Amino acid sequence: MNDIAFSSSSNSKGAPQSLSIALLGSGGSGVMTAGGQLLDAAGQAGWYGMMTRSSGPQIRGGEAAALLRLSPQPVETHKGRFDILLAIDWLNADRFVGEIILDQKSIVIGDSGGTVPEAISKMGGRYVELPLTQLAKSINGGRPNMVALGALAQLIGLPLRALETVLSKSLAKKGQDAIDASIAGINAGAEQASAIPDIPDFAVTPTENQERWSITGNEAAGLGAIRGGIRFVAAYPITPGTEILEWLAPNLKKVGGVLVQAEDELASINQLIGGSFGGTPSLTATSGPGLALMTESIGLAVASETPVVVVDVMRGGPSTGIPTKSEQSDLNIALYGLHGDAPHIVVAPMSIGDCLFTTQWATHLAETLQTAAIVLSDQSLGQTRALIDKPADIAFVSGGRTLTSKSENFQRYVVNDCGVSPMSIPGTPGCQYTADGLEHTPTGTPSSRAEDHIQQLNKRKRKLDQFDYGDHWAKILGEGETAVLTWGSSTGPVREAIAMLEAEGKHVRLISMRLLLPIQPERLAAALQGVEKILVVEQCHGAQFYHYLRAHYDLPGTLRSMAVPGPLMIRPDDVYSELTAWENA
Amino acid sequence: MDTVTQCPSLKPKDYKSGTKPVWCPGCGDYSVLLAITKAMAEMSLSPENVALVSGIGCSSRLPAYLNVYGFHAVHGRALPVATGLKVSRPDLTVLAAGGDGDGFSIGGNHFMHACRRNVDMTYIVMDNQVYGMTKGQASPTTDPDWDKSKLTPGGTKINPYYPLVIALASGANFIARASSTDPNGAAKVLVDAMRHPGFSFVHMLSPCVTFRPEQKDWKKMVRSAPVEPTTDPAIAAKRLMTDDNFFLGTLYKGDRPAYQPELKATVDNISELDKGFIL
Repeated sequence: MNDIAFSSSSNSKGAPQSLSIALLGSGGSGVMTAGGQLLDAAGQAGWYGMMTRSSGPQIRGGEAAALLRLSPQPVETHKGRFDILLAIDWLNADRFVGEIILDQKSIVIGDSGGTVPEAISKMGGRYVELPLTQLAKSINGGRPNMVALGALAQLIGLPLRALETVLSKSLAKKGQDAIDASIAGINAGAEQASAIPDIPDFAVTPTENQERWSITGNEAAGLGAIRGGIRFVAAYPITPGTEILEWLAPNLKKVGGVLVQAEDELASINQLIGGSFGGTPSLTATSGPGLALMTESIGLAVASETPVVVVDVMRGGPSTGIPTKSEQSDLNIALYGLHGDAPHIVVAPMSIGDCLFTTQWATHLAETLQTAAIVLSDQSLGQTRALIDKPADIAFVSGGRTLTSKSENFQRYVVNDCGVSPMSIPGTPGCQYTADGLEHTPTGTPSSRAEDHIQQLNKRKRKLDQFDYGDHWAKILGEGETAVLTWGSSTGPVREAIAMLEAEGKHVRLISMRLLLPIQPERLAAALQGVEKILVVEQCHGAQFYHYLRAHYDLPGTLRSMAVPGPLMIRPDDVYSELTAWENA
Repeated sequence: MDTVTQCPSLKPKDYKSGTKPVWCPGCGDYSVLLAITKAMAEMSLSPENVALVSGIGCSSRLPAYLNVYGFHAVHGRALPVATGLKVSRPDLTVLAAGGDGDGFSIGGNHFMHACRRNVDMTYIVMDNQVYGMTKGQASPTTDPDWDKSKLTPGGTKINPYYPLVIALASGANFIARASSTDPNGAAKVLVDAMRHPGFSFVHMLSPCVTFRPEQKDWKKMVRSAPVEPTTDPAIAAKRLMTDDNFFLGTLYKGDRPAYQPELKATVDNISELDKGFIL
């Protein structure tokens, strides 16, 4: 037992005990494969954890890193520093400086004979060499990534049996020879690592044997869509949202739905409108550039009161920006990007697992309120795989499409108290109407009369304002006169920073808003009762969330903005430092 | 198409909504509306099982004048809306309609890909070689020396676009031309188009009496194509490339199968999908 290496893992600040591992290599070296297998094996062994794939824009080649955090408790964010960095090779490794932070207590492992780049070595850490390539060559069909995987398992005390189970499953299609070669590789790596002196002990108590899932935010959003009733998807590929579409294509088919690859985002959003008009709940997934192209027709969905769901997996912007990295900078376009007065729904998942619930809820809201819902996920949620407890199976009762049989005097856009009017679907006799993006009368006839315009504007606003969104609008945790207001993927690091302060006896309230439109001023005012200081945390250079709050809400006390652009994620330590500095200021 | 519930007793006028069109007196689109209702009556379609989707422009006002389900979408996007509707509701008879600017300029990409995708629907483009709703600008089918638009003084000096050739090259399964100056002939072509499987493209000449009054002469210029529809794309290509824009009738009938994914669940319960995530 050596107590120098893992002090951060067993920190006393109240954050989850955890171990952070970076597995680095040039493209094709298999670091992503090995990282995924390590995560799955950790899950088999009763751990929680997460893995983020970090790579450059190269299609093949270039640099790649699997960033893992393993813990006996669920984790929703990475830490700043890494306990272990294992590099299969050092090609372009210096590009990860800033993302992978090491200190004196870190262990840095490289292949024998390699040279650690100065940018890495100057951060500190204890350097250990392992003959990864040499050991791989001694095995028929052996690969250095498998040797590395075995070495890591040995270092962190992960039972090799768990790895063998995962390898046997994931390599089943490649045959027994491939499985044997991989298992020989991990055994060789483990044996070599056990010879390293002073290996620290990372004792993990596996939690009880409850059902655990391995899922990315993008897959979770896809499952949420199907659970919400989505049966038509039009798709145009875009990083980092594509995996939602790729998951949905085969899975929609299983449930009798269909995904169509469209020619562009203008087509995909309009195909959704067609699908939805026909009575089939419809969704697409995209990223910022695609959302920008779709905004005209999202307005059409609002005006024609045709339910659609658009999931925007945000990336660094503006323009093409940084497609492979995360940012929360599409908030403004999601809130305000539609021309005219176009009330709609904007929601944001606050964790990887929550991508499921929030997408399902968005579908329910769009369908019930006959409008467009935008889900703001982002790259860090979408492309990170996490081990989570089995998500709850929640069912909503939708009430939007109320009309499936003949109705006398049907008026599609009838003005009523709740603002939601009966919607017939084609095939229903006697209820034919023309859905229109032109302003219209209650029957749907185009009209430019002032009276019709104000009636329909009020109706479309009223139906969203009057709806009871319940407790789902936000997550509120803790008490205290200081509050952190945040949203989306920033919630994870904020929550952990607050836990660190909690361990010091300091109480900070967390308010993470899942529902961003329509605004909920009364609910937020209640949540902020007794608060004297508010820190607003977001991953965005322009402080879009801060300005949104200032524009729409009465906020008590002193306000401070912590607006940090991508591509580097906000870490719990950053929020902790900000809160501590403000307290001491 | 003949499998849907039919209404043999309906007359063409029964397919009209009664809403008064915004079109100028003498506009060709009135006769296109008439031809569409004649075709629907001829096919005994039940109005509730038909949907007509349009974009923006004079001709795109059409859905409001019909007693079928309609969608008046945004400029250029009739085809994707119609595609989403038909793919998810293959039981419906789906038509898309609009003008030359809507279909060939702002919606040009969708036109190519709708031809290529070959979803079973009929697309009617009312071509008057001008943007009428915005008061007379050149469209993709306008001659290069037409100099009456303030936006392009002296003419566009750009060669027009040949929609039928592009439809063929892109994979449309049915290509025809009709004219509003002959509503009965146009109705026949539309019936032919709606009955043909896959994507049917009907180029509908429809004069603009306000900004292109010279198009009143089209009535004298149109004539039936002297040939039978071909099923051979090579013959069709030559025919369409040498076409003078005034031959009417069905010019090409392909035999590509329509794009229609099967909408049949293979799992009894959606909780089956959870299995992929359980460790």
